[in-house]
Amino acid sequence: MSGIPHDHYEPKTGFEKWTHKRLPIIGLIYDTIMIPTPKNLNWWWIWGIVLAFCLVLQIVTGIVLVMHYTPHVDLAFASVEHIMRDVNGGYMLRYIHANGASLFFLAVYIHIFRGLYYGSYKAPREITWIIGMIIYLCMMGTAFMGYVLPWGQMSFWGATVITGLFGAIPGIGESIQAWLLGGPAVDNATLNRFFSLHYLLPFVIAALVVVHIWAFHTTGNNNPTGVPVRTGSKAEAEKDTLPFWPYFVIKDLFALAVILLVFAAVVGFMPNYLGHPDNYIEANPLATPAHIVPEWYFLPFYAILRAFTSDVWAVMFVNWITFGIVDAKFFGVLAMFGAILVMALAPWLDTSKVRSGAYRPMFKWWFWLLAIDFMVLMWVGAMPTDGIYPYISLIGATYWFVYFLVILPLLGLIEKPQQMPATIEEDFNHHYDIKSAE
Amino acid sequence: MKHLLISALSALVIGASALTSPAIAAESGESHVEDIDFSFEGPFGTFDQQQLRRGFQVYREVCSACHGLRYVAFRTLADQGGPMMDPAWVRAYAAEFTVMDKETGEERPGKETDHFPFISGMGMGPDLSLMAKARAGFHGPYGLGINQFFRGIGGPEYIYSVLTGYTGEEKEEAGSYFYGNHTFPGGWIAMPPPLSEDLIEYEDGTPATVEQMAQDVAAYLMWTAEPKLESRKRWGFVAVLMLAVLSTLLYLTNKKLWAPHKGKKFDL
Repeated sequence: MSGIPHDHYEPKTGFEKWTHKRLPIIGLIYDTIMIPTPKNLNWWWIWGIVLAFCLVLQIVTGIVLVMHYTPHVDLAFASVEHIMRDVNGGYMLRYIHANGASLFFLAVYIHIFRGLYYGSYKAPREITWIIGMIIYLCMMGTAFMGYVLPWGQMSFWGATVITGLFGAIPGIGESIQAWLLGGPAVDNATLNRFFSLHYLLPFVIAALVVVHIWAFHTTGNNNPTGVPVRTGSKAEAEKDTLPFWPYFVIKDLFALAVILLVFAAVVGFMPNYLGHPDNYIEANPLATPAHIVPEWYFLPFYAILRAFTSDVWAVMFVNWITFGIVDAKFFGVLAMFGAILVMALAPWLDTSKVRSGAYRPMFKWWFWLLAIDFMVLMWVGAMPTDGIYPYISLIGATYWFVYFLVILPLLGLIEKPQQMPATIEEDFNHHYDIKSAE
Repeated sequence: MKHLLISALSALVIGASALTSPAIAAESGESHVEDIDFSFEGPFGTFDQQQLRRGFQVYREVCSACHGLRYVAFRTLADQGGPMMDPAWVRAYAAEFTVMDKETGEERPGKETDHFPFISGMGMGPDLSLMAKARAGFHGPYGLGINQFFRGIGGPEYIYSVLTGYTGEEKEEAGSYFYGNHTFPGGWIAMPPPLSEDLIEYEDGTPATVEQMAQDVAAYLMWTAEPKLESRKRWGFVAVLMLAVLSTLLYLTNKKLWAPHKGKKFDL
């Protein structure tokens, strides 16, 4: 599969030869897990395994939870309490599943920002990046619909607010919203379809993950230097790489065990810390909670959604130029989806020929400012919309777009990159103070 | 090793800051919630069985007049990690209730597998099954969630503070009476002060001060909200220990595996 020359599977026994002629599945598995991997990968490269683990964890716990859950507005909340109280180990299943979503998003954000820093999105890995962005969108959809299922107050009102975004689309918005909800408001039809889709989407994600892995197994992994693996000969490639098994499997499993240790502590000792108390109150369409706050992993984009109010000149200008079709609400929706779109377009917006941010002296500053910006947006997304907070949201949201639309294209033209190592082997040997054999 | 440390630290920082933003509810209408050192707090905290029994007595003799516990089954009163009432007593207690049998549709005396009643209607209060998890006592600072990290979410503290937070003022509005309260959002609550000195006589002889009763019933409601708290923490403890061992083994395996490629020696 990989463009890097390496040993391929050779069937040896009679049985292996027999199978290989009919279904080369052992060869596929062999080639997949023996893929030559740049030996200088640092600890930021472990989050892919964490993500794969999270997907499996969520699917396995989710399947068991479904055995005890009832998707009906009168019974859903009580069935969750049934899981918490009467099902053997049910409280652990549910707490692992709920906190598992948080681990999933923590991992995906670090994974994405790793890609942004080391230029993993750049040629030839654009498809890997785009598939990744689609996976991320599917994750958001899955998490959002999953949060509705316990049918607590935040479930209900979160669903009302978020589906309301589609209502902001001019003209057809209200029809789309009614179609999504299965009625004029969030009700049993909504709960049922969200349940169905919450079960479906993880398997779509699983399929996309296979494509994601396929894509980067074709191009080979990026690495902290961004310097490609030498592919002239097998001997040359072997100087830059080590097989995924066992070197990276063991390394990744070690990292995963440490992360799961922290995860187990959260689930065991503070399982409700990341949740919202209001979701322990059964959904009540007649009582709106004082503050409707999304889960933490949606907050940065929720902040961008709320940032563009009708008193922002850009919003007024767009409103005027579109004859009022794009109002502040629709502008916010466009901004929120646009924020993810510009990130997905990073491969074409970044003009720098240098892949890794490690050798880009100016880029580094802007990148870390983006990381801080992301944190600030996450924080301000949970704050009220009065006082100084709208200004912070606006500055934060603006920087997000400026980074992708202005800074990335410009930096490539004006920045003078630093000296890069010629090969991965050179970087690795330098790092571990190994004298070259030559 | 240095790199590992830096990466682990940065992961922690990112993790921590990610952890800080959730569960931020109303910080407006700053209400006073007292931090109480409950026995069930912290990773090793467990319920105080005597306190749960006292709290159950307060619920039974005071709160149950207006508040239900619809998600709590009578039988769980005898469970490990709860008040651990005598099963025979629980059976007799359940029989004091009249329940509608789901299968026959007729009324019959309660069984231990039935739940506490669901109470609703005019003048009745909200169900208390999950109250200790449905309220946050602590917030912030600045929406960062740090207080909740160290002091807990504060549901039981909120309950205690409402019960002890009456100002003594009353007002009438549209035929309803409201009572001044330091903790309740808005400062006025429809529930008259439910507790007064020596309102009940504790079976274990503890002096029944308002503070004592409020603390006991708050602890009891934490148990009704999270009856599996103790087994959950035990699970967490075992999981953390096992993962610590696994991490150590994998760390050493990884080190040995990579040593020849990093020009290092590894002996154990």
